Amino acid sequence: MSTLKITDLNKRYGNVHILKDVNLDIESGEFIVFVGPSGCGKSTLLRCISGLETISSGTIAIDGREVNDVAPSKRGIAMVFQSYALYPHMNVYRNMAYGLKLMGMPKDQIDVRVKAAAEKLQLTSYLHRLPKALSGGQRQRVAIGRAIVRDPKVFLFDEPLSNLDAALRVQMRIEISQLKDQLPNTTMIYVTHDQVEAMTMADRIVVLKDGVVQQVGSPLELYERPQSLFVAGFIGSPKMNFLHNEHAAKFGAHTVGVRAEHLEVTPSDGAWSGKVIYSENLGADSYIYLDIGEAEPMILRQSGKAPYQAGDTVSVSPKPHELHRFDATGQPILH
Amino acid sequence: MLQQILYAGLMVAIAIAIFIGYFWGANWLLDRMLVTAPAMGQAASTRRDRLRTRIRPWLFIAPALIFLTVYLVYPVFETLRLSLFDRLGQNFVWFRNYEWAFGDPVFWQSALNNLGWLLIVPALCVAFGLLVAVLADRVWWGGVAKTLIFMPMAISFVGASVIWRFVYAYRAEDQDQIGILNAIVTAFGGEPQAWLQIPFLNSFLLMVILIWIQTGFAMVILSAALRGIPQETIEAARIDGANEVQIFFTIMIPQIAGTILVVWTTITIIVLKVFDIVYAMTNGEFDTQVLANLMYRWTFISGDTGRGSAIAIILMIAVLPVMIWNIRRARMAEATH
Repeated sequence: MSTLKITDLNKRYGNVHILKDVNLDIESGEFIVFVGPSGCGKSTLLRCISGLETISSGTIAIDGREVNDVAPSKRGIAMVFQSYALYPHMNVYRNMAYGLKLMGMPKDQIDVRVKAAAEKLQLTSYLHRLPKALSGGQRQRVAIGRAIVRDPKVFLFDEPLSNLDAALRVQMRIEISQLKDQLPNTTMIYVTHDQVEAMTMADRIVVLKDGVVQQVGSPLELYERPQSLFVAGFIGSPKMNFLHNEHAAKFGAHTVGVRAEHLEVTPSDGAWSGKVIYSENLGADSYIYLDIGEAEPMILRQSGKAPYQAGDTVSVSPKPHELHRFDATGQPILH
Repeated sequence: MLQQILYAGLMVAIAIAIFIGYFWGANWLLDRMLVTAPAMGQAASTRRDRLRTRIRPWLFIAPALIFLTVYLVYPVFETLRLSLFDRLGQNFVWFRNYEWAFGDPVFWQSALNNLGWLLIVPALCVAFGLLVAVLADRVWWGGVAKTLIFMPMAISFVGASVIWRFVYAYRAEDQDQIGILNAIVTAFGGEPQAWLQIPFLNSFLLMVILIWIQTGFAMVILSAALRGIPQETIEAARIDGANEVQIFFTIMIPQIAGTILVVWTTITIIVLKVFDIVYAMTNGEFDTQVLANLMYRWTFISGDTGRGSAIAIILMIAVLPVMIWNIRRARMAEATH
C-alpha cells in the first residue's frame, strides 16, 4: 500500500514563488489528475514528487517515509515524460532494461520483467527496434513499459498524450485507464492541461492555479459543486456562462454561473433574454450564442438541431438547482 | 601603406565585379540564346525549356570547377607524375622513389612519428574537449574558461610554435632559465632540461602544441552536441537510478557519438598534414621528423622533386580513407535530416 502525503510544500526559484503551501493526501491506488492552465505549477509539483526538483519547504512522504532528500530512483516512483524521453541509442528492450540493470537485477529476471511488460503493451515484436523506428503511440507505450518494469509504487505522468494526434490520444487515454485497472495497488498521478482527460480518467482531480490548489475532488464534484469561480470556469466544456450586474442581482449574487447544458428556452419572460448571434450545429447537439448584454456571449446547448436564426430573440432560464451563485470574492454562496 | 590597402580593396572590388558580371552575363546569354516564343510551337518550346534548366547549373558551378581543377586536381596528377621521375623530373624511373622511401630509415621514423601523432593528438583533443564542455556548463565562470580555451584556435601553427618555444626554452645551467617549463623544474629544485632534444618526449611536447590549439575546436563542437541532448533523457536516466558518471557514459556519450567521430576524424586529417609545428620547433631534428616535413625537405631543400612527390603521394593515400569515410558520414547525416 502506498500513500503519498504532501504537507505545506513550497517551491521557489529565486524570487519566483511557484508552489504555495500545497497540501495533498493521496490514497494508495488512486488515479489523481493535476489540471490547470499552463504555468500553474502542475508539472513542477509532479517533478517535486519525482525528486527531479528539490522543494523549498514542506515535506513529501511516500508510505509514511519522508522522501525530501531521497534520490529519485530510491523513491519508488516511475515517470513518463511528455517527450517520451526514450534513450535514442538503445532498442526497446534495452530502454526498458536499463533501470533494472542499474539496480543490479540478474539478467534472467530482467528478461522476464521486460518481456512481461512488452506483452502487456503489445510491444513484443518491436523489442529490437530503435525508438526512431517506432510510431508516436508505440514510443509512448515503450515509455510506459519502462515505467512498469520498475514496479513503482507511484506512477507519474507528465502530459504524456500531448504529442499525439487526436485519435491516438483517445486510444492511449483508454489504454492508460486500462493499465490502471491492471495495477490496482499503484498510485497514478497524471498531469494534463486537457480537462477532458482529467474528467474521464481521474478518481480525483486537483485543480491548480498560480501554484495554489484550488479544489480537490472527484470529477463530478468539481462539475457540480465548484468551490470557486476559477474551478467553475475551468471545468466543463463549453465554459460555464458567467453573468454579472443586474443579470446576477436578480438571484442575489455578485456573479452567477450556469452551464450551457443547464439553460432552457422558455416561451417568453425567462430569467434572461437576448438576440441569437449565431448557432453551431454539431449533429447531436447545437450551441447557440446569445447576446444578452454581457461582454461574452451566453452559450446555450440544445440537443438536436437548433431552429434559431441569427437575430431571433430567445428567452432562457436556468434549470432548477443548476445555478451557481458567487459573491464578490469568487466564493460560492451556498443555498 | 594606405595606398596598398586601397589597391587591395580595389582588386577585391574588381574581382567581385568580374564574377557578378560573369554570373549575370552568362545567365542573360543563356536566356537569350534559348529564348522561347509563343510562335515556336509546344514541342520546340518544351525542349528549349528543358535544355535551359539543364545548362544553367553548369554555368553557375563552372568557375568553382575550373579553380578546383587548376589548384587541386591538376597538382595531384602532376605530383603523381613527378613521383615516377628522377630528382629533376626528367627521366622516368618507375617506382624507384617509392622503393627508396620504403627502404629509408628516416622515412620509417617519420611514418612512425606520424602514427604517434595520429593516435595521441585526436584522442587527447576529444578527451579534453569533452571534459571541458561538460564541466564548463557547471560553473559560473565556465563561459570565460571556454573562451580562453578556444582562443588558441585563432593562432597560426607557426605563431603557436613561437609561443611554445619560450615554454620549452633551455639555457645553460649557470644562466637564468627563460623557459617556463624549466623555470618550474628549477623552482622545485630539479635540473633544467633541453626538452626538445630528448627523443620521444620531444615529439610529445610538439603534440602538446597541436592539442593546445585543437582542444578549443573539439570543445565548441562537442559542447553544442551536448546541449542538443534532450534534458528529459537525462532525467529519465536519473529516475532509472543512474549516477552522474553512468549518465555521462551510457546516456550522453552514445547520443553524441556521431559528433565525436566527426571531430575525431577532422582532427585526424589535420594531424596527418602536420608540418608547421615540427618545421618551426625542431625542423625534424632529434627524431621528431614527420612525413609532411620530410616531403618539404626533399622537395625544397634537397631539390629532389621525385622523392618529395613520392612522400606526398604516400601521405595522400594515407589520408584518403579517413577523408572518404568522413565525407560519407557527412552525406549520411544530410540524408537523414
